[in-house]
Amino acid sequence: MEVPILKQGAFLIATFQAALSDADLNQLRMGLVQQVVKLRSRAVIVDVTAMDVMDSFASRTLREIAHMIRLRGAETVIVGIQPEVAFAMVQLGLTLEGVATALDLEEGLAYLNEKFKITN
Amino acid sequence: MVVGEIRVAINSDQDIVAARQKGRVLASELGFSSGDATLIATAISELARNIVSYARRGEIKLSGIHGSSRIGILVIASDDGPGIVDIRQALRDGFSTSGSLGLGLPGVRRLMDEFEITSQPGKGTKVAVKKWRQ
Repeated sequence: MEVPILKQGAFLIATFQAALSDADLNQLRMGLVQQVVKLRSRAVIVDVTAMDVMDSFASRTLREIAHMIRLRGAETVIVGIQPEVAFAMVQLGLTLEGVATALDLEEGLAYLNEKFKITN
Repeated sequence: MVVGEIRVAINSDQDIVAARQKGRVLASELGFSSGDATLIATAISELARNIVSYARRGEIKLSGIHGSSRIGILVIASDDGPGIVDIRQALRDGFSTSGSLGLGLPGVRRLMDEFEITSQPGKGTKVAVKKWRQ
């Protein structure tokens, strides 16, 4: 299953689907970092609104994506973690420490625009 | 009384997704809230992941439990893999033998209401978990 990666100015937006397998997540990790390099993006928004389960592998992959993109000099914001998913993650002991999060896509864009002082 | 057993063969990472989706559907059919269905689906995902990571193949069995006073879901993850030598250690947070985040077993135990594990080195592992409807 392909994850669409959209370019929005200096930012990239990747929208996760509900039923991503480990292989899909691995592919996305490489794809995102490559796109950041190719398009010289300043930041990436990963929208996980549609994800109904965030298990240990998915959250580790998200952390790895954020760290790889930071090494490249860009920023990552995870948006749209559903309340139930957040609850399950806490129970499982999963954290996204050191990774920026925002309520939804709109908030994520606002956060990045503020950070990079971009006015629309 | 255990009803409507669903068996999902676990052979690849794709099957992890199938198992948790079937678990969520069954949980909803049994009347679990969407929040509880998420907890159940997450637990199934972790159990199926352990099978793929450590045993390569196994099976997840899902069934409804209709007790005299309550309704629940039973999830059994079984494999014929290497087994766990020290179960007590595997149930401690942060323990892993593969450099990963660990077996996730302590987390699965927190997500569900009842947790039972049997394992024999060289013979395999069976984890049975239950959650009761609120």
